[in-house]
Amino acid sequence: MGKLDAKIPAGPLAQKWTNYKATTKLVNPANKKKLEIIVIGTGLSGAGASSALGELGYSVKTFCYQDSPRRAHSVAAQGGINAAKNYQSDNDSVYRLFYDMIKGGDFRAREANVYRAAEVSNQVIDHYTALGVPFARDYGGTLNTRSFGGVQVSRTFYSSGQTGQQCLLGTYSSLNRQIKSGNVKMFPRREMLDLVLIEGKARGIITRNLVSGEIERHSAHAVVLATGGYGTIYFLSTLAVNSNASAAWKAHKKGAFFANPSFVQIHPTSIPQLNEFQSKLTLMSESLRNDGRIWVPKTKGDKRHANDIPEEERDYYLERRYPTFGNLVPRDVASRAAKERCDAGYGIGETGLAVNLDFRDAIKKQGKKAIENKYGNLFEMYRNITGIDSYVEPMRIYPAGHYTMGGLWVDYELMTTIPGLYSIGESNFSDHGANRLGASSLMQASGDGYFILPNTINNYLSGEISVPKISTDRLEFAEAEKASIERLNKLISIKGKKNAGSFHKRLGKIMWDHCGMSRNEAGLKEALKLINELKEEFWKELNVTGSLNEVNPELEKAGRVADYFELAELLVTDALNRKESCGAHFREEYQTPDGEAMRNDEEFTYVAAWEYAGEGKPPVLHKEELKFEEVEMKVRSYK
Amino acid sequence: MKLTLKIWRQKNASAKGNFETYQMDNVSPEMAFLEMLDSLNKRLVEEDKDPVAFDHDCREGICGSCGMYINGHPHGPVPAITTCHLSMRFFKDGETVWIEPWRAKPFPVIKDLIVDRTAFDKIQIACGFISVNTGSAPEANNILIPKKISDEAFNSAICIGCGACVAACKNASAMLFVSAKISQYALLPQGRVEAKERVRAMVDKMDEVGFGSCSNTGACEAECPKQIKITNIARMNREFFKAF
Amino acid sequence: MSKVLFASISKKFVMALAGLFLLTFLPVHLIINFMLLKSDPAPFNAAAHFMATFPLVKIFEIVLMAAILIHVTYGIFLQISNWLARPVGYVSGSKAETSFFSKFMIWTGATVLTFLVLHFFNFYFIKLGLVEGDPENFYSVAHDLFRIPAYNYIYLACFVMLGFHLYHAFSSAFQTLGLNHRIWTPIVKKIALFYAILIPAGFASISITLWLFS
Repeated sequence: MGKLDAKIPAGPLAQKWTNYKATTKLVNPANKKKLEIIVIGTGLSGAGASSALGELGYSVKTFCYQDSPRRAHSVAAQGGINAAKNYQSDNDSVYRLFYDMIKGGDFRAREANVYRAAEVSNQVIDHYTALGVPFARDYGGTLNTRSFGGVQVSRTFYSSGQTGQQCLLGTYSSLNRQIKSGNVKMFPRREMLDLVLIEGKARGIITRNLVSGEIERHSAHAVVLATGGYGTIYFLSTLAVNSNASAAWKAHKKGAFFANPSFVQIHPTSIPQLNEFQSKLTLMSESLRNDGRIWVPKTKGDKRHANDIPEEERDYYLERRYPTFGNLVPRDVASRAAKERCDAGYGIGETGLAVNLDFRDAIKKQGKKAIENKYGNLFEMYRNITGIDSYVEPMRIYPAGHYTMGGLWVDYELMTTIPGLYSIGESNFSDHGANRLGASSLMQASGDGYFILPNTINNYLSGEISVPKISTDRLEFAEAEKASIERLNKLISIKGKKNAGSFHKRLGKIMWDHCGMSRNEAGLKEALKLINELKEEFWKELNVTGSLNEVNPELEKAGRVADYFELAELLVTDALNRKESCGAHFREEYQTPDGEAMRNDEEFTYVAAWEYAGEGKPPVLHKEELKFEEVEMKVRSYK
Repeated sequence: MKLTLKIWRQKNASAKGNFETYQMDNVSPEMAFLEMLDSLNKRLVEEDKDPVAFDHDCREGICGSCGMYINGHPHGPVPAITTCHLSMRFFKDGETVWIEPWRAKPFPVIKDLIVDRTAFDKIQIACGFISVNTGSAPEANNILIPKKISDEAFNSAICIGCGACVAACKNASAMLFVSAKISQYALLPQGRVEAKERVRAMVDKMDEVGFGSCSNTGACEAECPKQIKITNIARMNREFFKAF
Repeated sequence: MSKVLFASISKKFVMALAGLFLLTFLPVHLIINFMLLKSDPAPFNAAAHFMATFPLVKIFEIVLMAAILIHVTYGIFLQISNWLARPVGYVSGSKAETSFFSKFMIWTGATVLTFLVLHFFNFYFIKLGLVEGDPENFYSVAHDLFRIPAYNYIYLACFVMLGFHLYHAFSSAFQTLGLNHRIWTPIVKKIALFYAILIPAGFASISITLWLFS
């Protein structure tokens, strides 16, 4: 366990970050230009880090698989971004934001990191505003906020239902400024195939140019992964369909520990699956729960039209079960409650896998105009997809895979267990514990990218100033490149009958059925078996058309799915290991008589960080014990 | 339902392309357009043929990756949506569907329906930003902005950079795209500081990469999936003259 | 600075200004043309003489010719660069809901230009002494021309084209100049419609009257 030193600075919680910044080692401005940093991913964390590092004078090389950095999936976040500004004077503070996150994460996150995320949140809002992000404003010209799932204060800044887009475009603009200045060199349409280690340190990457198919070598003094989450392991999720875990997984196989992989957030308000062809589940912002009421009929299998069901025959189950928070309970609680009702046979629609989100009362009380102002674009989107007008009848919603709290293990400096390899944003595990609260992902990703990493990476790089530009002719690069090409050729040479997408879909179903919103030992063991069988079939039956040296989306997809098989096994292994229910991880064996999650603090107050032990060998578990010095661990109740 | 697809196939940037015909016998009206193409691709791979390449990612109408010219319209015949949100219920049984890539000199075809839109990035790199370093921002509420102005800036800022405006314009002009960005910054006090340099640099780059000019035809506005208005173009022109 | 002068927006700006200037000349020309309807040639010839000799008008004339030249040259240059911006077109055409006439500006413009050349041969070049004829009796020149049916057909067709050109041009110029307003823009569009109908209709009415009734 000696390997897992989180390097948390000494001192009181509120002083740790200030002290760290005051005492950490720095790099002389003249030396920064000579130091190269690779950043993979251009979402809020990746593009934010690239900008901030570029501004500091480092030579940054930034990569993304999309055709433009502006398309990273942060763009799709709808609801908002949290900050402890306390503009509403409703008792908010850095401490309260920190506490809400720790409690929301069911006491499975690292105190010091979470406090710091809350601490930099205010700077994030200032920065975005200065970058021209048009956050919603009040008539007096000040910034407006709204309250968001799972908290009792109004601290969420937003731009209609497109906050992620606006923040990302702001970040993209600051990235562009650095590209113009020459401090950042942008490599779009590139996929990272492998991480290159030299003497145990992260020194570069192997990429494939997705246009020419060329395999490229890129070296640097440090590598930053900002590659997002792995929610598409469920195939159907709210993520972009090309989102993947391959970069993080390659890093894992090269020695970076993977922490809490089974902590996956299932978002309660997605448009339900409509048919078997579906490739994606579209999220309906959680903000809708501020005014919408969630219900199912009180009678099993009630097939009447929602509007024909009288008030007394409706079961507003969230309001019934959680009178204090009602429809605003955190995501994991809301998702599980929906699943519970549907599993019990009260679900609506043809599949019975949906519940109503009803705006009737809100429209009656506030008028259609007010609702349209708040959620117009969401109602519009809903109608485009389903053809249903939600001003007249309720929306149908169901939970969907959304965000992965798990990710690469990082210390306080956001460095993984590989020296010189950092992981920021959703790709790391650090701030959300077992469940993330709404509007905290934009906050954490932006904080990591703009304000934290640029202040911690110097500590490592100060020791690298004497290292000259690393040659990509080194043996380590050649070996990594050879291995990457071999793997791609192996995928191409299978020449079976089925496309990668069909395997992905089947893997997703296994994961959703056995390792989704609720898990049990038998199901998880079954999942391991099924994953293995499917994996074997994949390596026999896959067909990848075309060649290595051309635009080849099938090849890209196949590589990502192949990695997902391996990650899926780890995810299930982690879920099996954690014999408790906490946050999004709900083990059916561990619940209270009324169906609430039951934590086991005595045995599981730790971060499960998994070490890759080699092909076919079981992963090795390392535990980072979590110490709560500031907060008292309580049962997380929203009743 | 049954559909006949006529899809532009082009192996790579230098290859000569042509339209290929594909019969689709089992299209469900519940499918999204891209899912219909997914099912075609699945079939093509099973037949060991090269699947149709197209850009796509979020599939919820916000990333701006997808974009095809369908039956005379960028993003298809339904207004105010992207291709990924286009439902097959808007097509008739037996219909022939023409699917073409965006056509513009600055958007060369990479493969099939994928075009290179880095020209848009180049315009933004020219000066599509506010020069503020991380950490030097003032307290957010120190900059008061009337709600009306802020909302107007937001309406310009929602551009997803898909390129439908260029695809729709008979001149392959990028004026709607460029003007939306310029408008957003021109409206906000934070953006006014560099307003002159910005409009000059961005317009200059727009011309340099080879987009056409604006004839005030309005096709861009009619086809924009985010319904961005050509009043932005008038504002950009104003900003441009002010920048002398 | 040179970059600014040659920016696409600048070219459009100059074109719009020149175009708007040309718009002011058409009503003047129309008023003079109405004198053709009188049986006495004197007023028309006097007006023509005034236009040909009054110093202020001479200056106006130079500006006018320059405006035509600039408007045409820039129009052609912009059109060529617009064509170059889309080397490969769409098989499925364009079905976007757009301002219909804006798509044919180069063609309606070209028609008007062709007419203008013809018109110059008939009148303006006589005045300049480039073509033989009596510059002091344009009245009879006009009356003679309007007796030829073919001339009337061409004349009427060209003015229909002019109407199409003017309809888009009028409001488009304001948009190009950045003069866009929530209340005023719709009004400008209405005025454009009136202008685009009234001016060609005025010219056409003279042609028809002279052709059929004199």
